[in-house]
Amino acid sequence: MGDILTNFFTGTVPIEAYLGLSLIMFFCGVYGFLTRKNMLMILISVELMLNAADINFAVFNRYLYPGQLEGFYFSLFTIAIAACETAVAIAIIINIYRNLKSVEVDNLNQMKE
Amino acid sequence: MNFLSLYILILVLMMMGLFLSKSRKQIQIIMITGASFLLLLSGALTYLYLTERAAGNTAEMLFRADSVWYTPFNIHYSVGVDGISVAMLMLSSIIVFTGVLVSWKIDPMPKEFFLWFCLLAIGVFGFFISIDLFTMFMYYEVALIPMYLLIGVWGTGKKEYSAMKLTLMLMGGSALLLVGILGIYFTTGGSTMNILELSKLKVPLEMQRYFFPLTFMGFGVLGALFPFHTWSPDGHSSAPTAVSMLHAGVLMKLGGYGCFRVAMFLMPEAAHEMAWIFLILTGISVVYGAFGAIHQTDLKYINAYSSVSHCGLVLFALLMMNQTATTGAILQMVSHGLITALFFALIGMIYGRTHTRDIRLMGGLMKVIPFLGVSYVIAGMASLGLPGLSGFVAEMTVFVGSFQYADTFHRILTIGACASIVITTVYILRVVGKVIFGPMQDKHHETLTDAVMYERIPVIVLTAAIFGIGMFPGWISSMIGDSVLPLISQFIR
Amino acid sequence: MQYTLLILALPLLSFAVLGLVDAKWKPKVAGTIGTTILGIITILSYFAAWQYFTQYKVDGVYQKVIAFDYEWLRFNDLLHINLGILLDPISVMMMIVITTVSFMVNLYSLGYMKGEKGFQRYYAFLSLFAFSMLGLVMATNIFQMYIFWELVGVSSYLLIGFYYTRPAAVAAAKKAFIVTRFADLFFLIGILLLSYFTKTFDFGILTSSNANVFAEATSKTFMGFSMLSWAMALIFIGGAGKSAMFPLHIWLPDAMEGPTPVSALIHAATMVVAGVFLVARLFPVYVVFTPEVLHGIAYVGAFTALFSAIIACVQTDIKRVLAFSTISQIGFMMVGLGVSGYGGHEGVGYMSSMFHLFTHAFFKSLLFLGAGSVIHAVHSNEMKDMGGLRKYMPITNWTFLIACLAIAGIPPFSGFFSKDEILSASYSFSPAMGGIMTFIAGLTAFYMFRLYYNIFWGKEFKPATQSENYHGHGNTPHESPFSMSSALVFLGAVTCVAGLIPFGHFITSDGVPYDIHINLTVASVSIIVALVGIIIATYLYRKENEIPEKLAKTFDGFYKAASHRFYIDEVYLFSTKKIIFNNIARPIAWFDRHVIDGTMNGIASSTQWVAVKIKGFQSGQIQQYAYVFLLGTLLVAALVIFLI
Repeated sequence: MGDILTNFFTGTVPIEAYLGLSLIMFFCGVYGFLTRKNMLMILISVELMLNAADINFAVFNRYLYPGQLEGFYFSLFTIAIAACETAVAIAIIINIYRNLKSVEVDNLNQMKE
Repeated sequence: MNFLSLYILILVLMMMGLFLSKSRKQIQIIMITGASFLLLLSGALTYLYLTERAAGNTAEMLFRADSVWYTPFNIHYSVGVDGISVAMLMLSSIIVFTGVLVSWKIDPMPKEFFLWFCLLAIGVFGFFISIDLFTMFMYYEVALIPMYLLIGVWGTGKKEYSAMKLTLMLMGGSALLLVGILGIYFTTGGSTMNILELSKLKVPLEMQRYFFPLTFMGFGVLGALFPFHTWSPDGHSSAPTAVSMLHAGVLMKLGGYGCFRVAMFLMPEAAHEMAWIFLILTGISVVYGAFGAIHQTDLKYINAYSSVSHCGLVLFALLMMNQTATTGAILQMVSHGLITALFFALIGMIYGRTHTRDIRLMGGLMKVIPFLGVSYVIAGMASLGLPGLSGFVAEMTVFVGSFQYADTFHRILTIGACASIVITTVYILRVVGKVIFGPMQDKHHETLTDAVMYERIPVIVLTAAIFGIGMFPGWISSMIGDSVLPLISQFIR
Repeated sequence: MQYTLLILALPLLSFAVLGLVDAKWKPKVAGTIGTTILGIITILSYFAAWQYFTQYKVDGVYQKVIAFDYEWLRFNDLLHINLGILLDPISVMMMIVITTVSFMVNLYSLGYMKGEKGFQRYYAFLSLFAFSMLGLVMATNIFQMYIFWELVGVSSYLLIGFYYTRPAAVAAAKKAFIVTRFADLFFLIGILLLSYFTKTFDFGILTSSNANVFAEATSKTFMGFSMLSWAMALIFIGGAGKSAMFPLHIWLPDAMEGPTPVSALIHAATMVVAGVFLVARLFPVYVVFTPEVLHGIAYVGAFTALFSAIIACVQTDIKRVLAFSTISQIGFMMVGLGVSGYGGHEGVGYMSSMFHLFTHAFFKSLLFLGAGSVIHAVHSNEMKDMGGLRKYMPITNWTFLIACLAIAGIPPFSGFFSKDEILSASYSFSPAMGGIMTFIAGLTAFYMFRLYYNIFWGKEFKPATQSENYHGHGNTPHESPFSMSSALVFLGAVTCVAGLIPFGHFITSDGVPYDIHINLTVASVSIIVALVGIIIATYLYRKENEIPEKLAKTFDGFYKAASHRFYIDEVYLFSTKKIIFNNIARPIAWFDRHVIDGTMNGIASSTQWVAVKIKGFQSGQIQQYAYVFLLGTLLVAALVIFLI
């Protein structure tokens, strides 16, 4: 802990800090995905998980292969995909809302039977 | 291009035509033209085959063609025919032709019906012309699947149940079969799928002991081997007429043909060892099916059990493993195919008029529909083995062949099988006496109309074929017998 | 003699044509065609007979001539079915009998069946029958015989069931077919057994008395009898079925449901003697190699003859009386064969049996046609509806009387000569057999005259009221039309003279002609017995009186049993309906539906049960899946970390 604080103040952030952050973000996302019943919240949780993955891309690129850019490109790519995905998901959610007047996932069992 | 492939090509063209067709009229024209071409093709094939043989061509299979379609496993599209397949192709095209006419006014969705019908026919024809094990198996599957939809959609009665039962049981059979086929392929070294080449490579005996029963039972399910026959009564009784005809007439023969061509031909030693088990089972089939038919009251059930009995006789004779009995088995396949198709066609036509198949509710139909009545009596007589009709020739060849074994076991079974002809007489005459003869049972039946032209043609074609084989069996018997000889020589060693 | 092929081909052609055109032609046209064709082949067969008996005798022995031969179906190198025409004395004799009686019946039916629905069909069937019966007797090999044997069976089925709307006719036809088919099964097995050991179907080889052919069959034994004995006994069972020997006789009385001319043709003169013909055809085998079977045949024949003669005494339906009398007479023929030896005077039984077959065909068809004529007139089969008809139907009366005298064995009518020979053959076999047969001959005379008096004498005729009506109306009985009575007169004439034919010159067991000598002792005994029978019948039935009823009362139990045909039918009904149908077919059907099908359905429903149980895992809720997935991943991760 001491090292981290030292590094924080000296300006060199170790990789563990970034990974810890992304881990926390990811599990926040997982927690939200598993527990939330509102579809918008689930979507947000998914986005959270994606962003955690983005961070990992950038960090691993920065620390393991400095000077190369594939990781950054990938995170850009993921962001773009996430945007598209969000757009589609929100469209679906809006449609569901129009039909059912609800965005609770527990109510969505019409296609099951 | 090899002209055996024309069978498939014609059917594919028919299917394409059906896709484009707009009206029922067009569908009928396409179907009848195609079916006539198939019939002509079979006629031509028979003629060419006989001339080729007469010219002294002694190759095991004639009109061979071969091209690879999947190199890693050496799977070929490989075709060729011998006398047995020629007979079966002739039978199939007759039944496809008559089946088309019988379902002339099929309702609803004629287009879809005939599409599946053609697909089924592709499977059947492909199976009989193939000599590559895998291609054969593929066509076998192609023939099974359309059955599900044909029964499930166009059937009568508890059709969903029957369709499901039939498909599942036959699929179960083909799963066994697949294991058997793969077993044969890998135990011979995995170099070829061609049956003729496989027969020269020996499957090791201890492996044969596993794979022979699997393969035999796999095909046996389709050949209504006791106790795997129960799909037959339900399936046949629910199926629409043409499908019953095709199924009992041709598809059940796939089983017998496969048992002989694949299971027994490629694994003769195990066949010898295990014949007794299957002889008992088929012996039971023969007698049991006949007794089962006595008690039924639904025309189609009676005929389905009768099919169990007669198809049992096919496998029974095959397992006797001598030339006469095997020839008899193939003859029985052809003969039973024709007779049972005629039966189902007539039952379909009678059902279309009376709206019942319960024999207790009908009677004296000869008076109002003499054409159908007479044809039904002829079919019955053929089925009970009256001389001059095809059933007699086939059954007598089987019995004479089976009697060549002098030991008590074979004797008892043969005499039991002979006894089935008496039981057959009982149930056939029971139906004929009840439904066709006797006093009228139902006032509504007095206004029935006799068969119209498109119904008469299939009946006449089938009756003519039955009479043809029954009166002049020499050529077909020798054609089959000559082809059986090289195959049977595998066993006699 | 290739033209004999026409004898077979013409009726087949006539059947095909008449069967196909069916109702499109007028009945008269169809009837004329059928009758003409039969007429042609009758002439042809007379010509063939004349040619055969004059030209084919070599060194005093009649030769077997193969007039035509065609390989129809080949089973293997040794066994093949040929279709051909074999001419030898018995087949030529049968040919004459069949064509003559068929022709007469065709002629007679022109009148009898007039106005019936399905007249054309009737003639088609008659042609089919003539074809198959001729094919049977001309068969060159045993399998050809079997083929035509079956065809004969089916034409009999079709003709018995001619009135197909009547349940009784349909049931009778069915019964006849099934019973004979059951017997044919044994015939078939017999053929298979015989051919397996002898490697041939051919009669030429089989009847050559060549011991080498049967060496294997006689050396192998099964349950104390040689294989050959088994085969021949089985073949005889086939013959017994067609010839209505006890206990396979039950179909014949019922077969009288068919039109009467059909009964005359099939169930009196031709088809039912097929069994006798079969034994005669294989006679050299029976007599040389399996005499024990032949003796068995004699005993079966004798028992059947006695049994059915007793039943015939109490039946009231005139056609049934004739049916039982037929069974009884066929029993005589079987006895004749059974007691016979081979060659010369030893073979007198064989000759007499064939002779009796020949004469019986004519007088029995005459009796049936006469009965048909009576039925045509009074529209009933029952004796109680008849009586005193001699005034109304003189021709029928006289011809019927001739036939009765013939069957009773009164000289000089034909039956006397043939029956007398059988009796003397029986006496030389064993006195007991001779005695029994003589007694049956007396019984025959009695029941025939009981029939005769009941129809033509006895009480005065009263028009029938409630009886079954066959042919429309008309109360006063009248003589039948010309086509019918001419057939009667012709057959009556034949019956008068047929006995004078020197039969031994034509047909003997070994083909060598010899002279028949009437054994005076036997002849006088049989005549006396016959006369006694006739006198008793005259006393009881000539005038209406009460003695018959009193007698029936005295022997009540026996009378009842006899009139119920000794309950044989009931036994059959019990064993088929109760035992086979209820205890075999029904359980099998149940077993199939419930056990076998139940197993399949059980597999299906257990699969379904399992599916329902594990369906809960497939909730469709992504979050639940993700949760399980996550736990799983963590578990795997933990395992990887801690275990590796």
